[in-house]
Amino acid sequence: MDAAKEAGQPKPDEARTQGKPEASGTPEAGHRPAPNTPQFSRDEDLHAYHEMLLIRRFEEKAGQLYGMGLIGGFCHLYIGQEAVVVGMQMASEEGDQVITGYRDHGHMLACGMDPKGVMAELTGRRGGYSRGKGGSMHMFSREKQFFGGHGIVGAQVSLGTGLGFADAYRKNGKVSLTYMGDGAANQGQVYESFNMAALWKLPVVYVIENNRYAMGTSVVRASAQTDFSKRGLSFGIPGEQVDGMDVRTVREAATRAIQHARSGEGPYILEMQTYRYRGHSMSDPAKYRSKDEVSKMREEYDPIETVRKRLLELHGVPEAEIKATDAKVRETVNDAAEFATHDPEPDPSELRTDILLEARA
Amino acid sequence: MATDILMPALSPTMEEGKLAKWLKKEGDAVKSGDVLAEIETDKATMEVEAIDEGVLAKILIQEGTEGVAVNTPIAIIAEEGEDVSAAAAGGARPKGNGADTGGQPAPAPDMQAEGQAKAPAPAAKSAEDAPRAPAAPATITNKAPAPVMEEFPAGTEMVTMTVREALRDAMAEEMRRDEDVFVMGEEVAEYQGAYKITQGLLQEFGARRVVDTPITEHGFAGIGVGAAYTGLKPIVEFMTFNFAMQAIDHIINSAAKTLYMSGGQLGCSIVFRGPNGAAARVAAQHSHDYAAWYSNVPGLKVIAPYTASDAKGLLKAAIRDPNPVIFLENEILYGQSFPVPKLDDFVLPIGKARIHRQGSDVTIVSFAIGMTYALKAAQALAEQGIEAEVIDLRTIRPMDTDTVVESVKKTGRCITVEEGFPQSGVGAEIVARLMVDAFDYLDAPVLRITGKDVPMPYAANLEKLALPTVAEVVEAAKSVCYK
Repeated sequence: MDAAKEAGQPKPDEARTQGKPEASGTPEAGHRPAPNTPQFSRDEDLHAYHEMLLIRRFEEKAGQLYGMGLIGGFCHLYIGQEAVVVGMQMASEEGDQVITGYRDHGHMLACGMDPKGVMAELTGRRGGYSRGKGGSMHMFSREKQFFGGHGIVGAQVSLGTGLGFADAYRKNGKVSLTYMGDGAANQGQVYESFNMAALWKLPVVYVIENNRYAMGTSVVRASAQTDFSKRGLSFGIPGEQVDGMDVRTVREAATRAIQHARSGEGPYILEMQTYRYRGHSMSDPAKYRSKDEVSKMREEYDPIETVRKRLLELHGVPEAEIKATDAKVRETVNDAAEFATHDPEPDPSELRTDILLEARA
Repeated sequence: MATDILMPALSPTMEEGKLAKWLKKEGDAVKSGDVLAEIETDKATMEVEAIDEGVLAKILIQEGTEGVAVNTPIAIIAEEGEDVSAAAAGGARPKGNGADTGGQPAPAPDMQAEGQAKAPAPAAKSAEDAPRAPAAPATITNKAPAPVMEEFPAGTEMVTMTVREALRDAMAEEMRRDEDVFVMGEEVAEYQGAYKITQGLLQEFGARRVVDTPITEHGFAGIGVGAAYTGLKPIVEFMTFNFAMQAIDHIINSAAKTLYMSGGQLGCSIVFRGPNGAAARVAAQHSHDYAAWYSNVPGLKVIAPYTASDAKGLLKAAIRDPNPVIFLENEILYGQSFPVPKLDDFVLPIGKARIHRQGSDVTIVSFAIGMTYALKAAQALAEQGIEAEVIDLRTIRPMDTDTVVESVKKTGRCITVEEGFPQSGVGAEIVARLMVDAFDYLDAPVLRITGKDVPMPYAANLEKLALPTVAEVVEAAKSVCYK
């Protein structure tokens, strides 16, 4: 018991694998390239580029459709954070579960859900993943092991711990990838979940996507401890701060964390230092930060541009091949938008379906 | 001066217990803190310590005696220097409790529930005097006519068991039947259940399927729901539903709504169960009846049984149901005994009310512990020539309006009984439905008997005032009969 506890203790020296300086007050502080940054093969970079670009273009289109009044309610875009979920998925295996909060479009696409079904849910149509009854924040796919899409900040953390509980109960060797934002990380149930996950050694990787703002409140104004990798310290949960703008560092840390969880060592925390370019939701003018801050992050640390640059300069991929990928992604997204704007609304009879399941005889 | 040692109350709802063992014998010197005897309740075995010094002059209740009412003198302690034989022979003046169990005072004699307390404990002067009027349901039940609606084959052997045993058997049977069923909650495993509902489950099923949680309702309710998303069938025990308020976000937002929000993809087969409503003398934060709250939410089923038979058949149904089910138990009913059919697999349909007593003059609709007021009132009314039909809703959502309407078509009169608050209560819902579905059959306005519109007070007299009384039910029934 003691030995196991000791093994689970975070080792600060090891934990800072990215070799970067302590995060300071500026957003770019966590993203300076370190000498030991892991490298991707040509194929891996191509894959990551495609996956991240799909999310980027999808989100841009969603923003456009929202502006046209075709998407209603709340719509939280993932633009800027693409490397996090793509890097995580590159390290996971089939059958691992994914659950997140309401900034969830990127996670769904990265899980392999059909962009048409996701976009049609955003427009509230019958071909949407939830038949138009869930909307942007509430989509699920049993097939792809994506468990939502949850609208209550922090709720997905207990639920994701429950997914890990079920994995442990079934001894199926799967891992629950449970995402939350820096805002959710201050909710009480997160720590209730950390406690039980560590107590029962549940296979859960907690991914804290620190995009530096919980809606309009910066982390320094909301969090007494802004190093979120330390949030599991008192439960003996190891944690790392990861450059979440670099898909390679994300994948590397994710591999380590998932391996830890899968091998029965218990939960692991990854703080992904990332950045969202857009406002909290479509209706957020983002007056709480300067335009300069946003443009600096976009210009110098964009997760997609850096991969594109690597493809051209490091892997010698012809520009035409990259442009072909761009065109393919654009077409996929346009098809999704086309479908989502022409698919009929749900039949009125859908109002009263899916409230309860029929009990088996 | 000799002192009586009285049978102590070891929980807010204890009425009697077994004197399991004497650890001192007559003539032994005792001092404060000495363990005198062991008392077995339906929940636990507890030690009785002496609080006075002296000599154990006489044992009045022999070990092994069952059903010893709280406050019955069980022994006499003679003071130091006192003539022991005289003290033993002459009895003692009652001096409150001669014994103490860790600082918890026994209830005052007039807290004794009417009908349950055996002499010499002073009984309440009348039904209305008893602070907890429903404390004598077992006798009423046993006198009740045979069930009007047979839900098992005629001639089925019946066994008498408590609601507590019925609930445990239901869980154990379903856990044997389905590997995906597990139970989690505070003190459910090693402690054997705070109210002993999970007694023996750890021993049979092991720690993987009987999971002790930390005191962390919000977190473990969410873990249960998450596990249910993957197809497991958790039984989440709340030590009381008052504590489920910490977890209500997961019950409502995560469990009840997800099937709909996922377009039917993600069901959640989970049972949230535990005691609900007032126990006795535990004040406002531990006495809330949540039946109306949960029944307000689409996506949930809400069950609140009264008898042990219904508790068993409906809990088994709840565990098998593919939806989130709120299963509201009642601490006072846990120890009550009822006949339960001896069948290998006794499962009752969710959403069906039961006519507990037939009558032609007025319909009384109730559920859970409310049934104890309803049945007592029906008995009192019968003595006055009014035959009440008593309907036990059993399931609050979906509500079996048809059974209520059919009864009202016959009687033309209806009253409702519940311990919960009046505004937007279960009774209010029944009234609204009858206005629409039975308006032409009503000969009088439907009246509601409910808990009073106040937080539950602690003081015995105030608690009594806050709860419904049998007299109120009788009065309401007579009033709608214009008598």
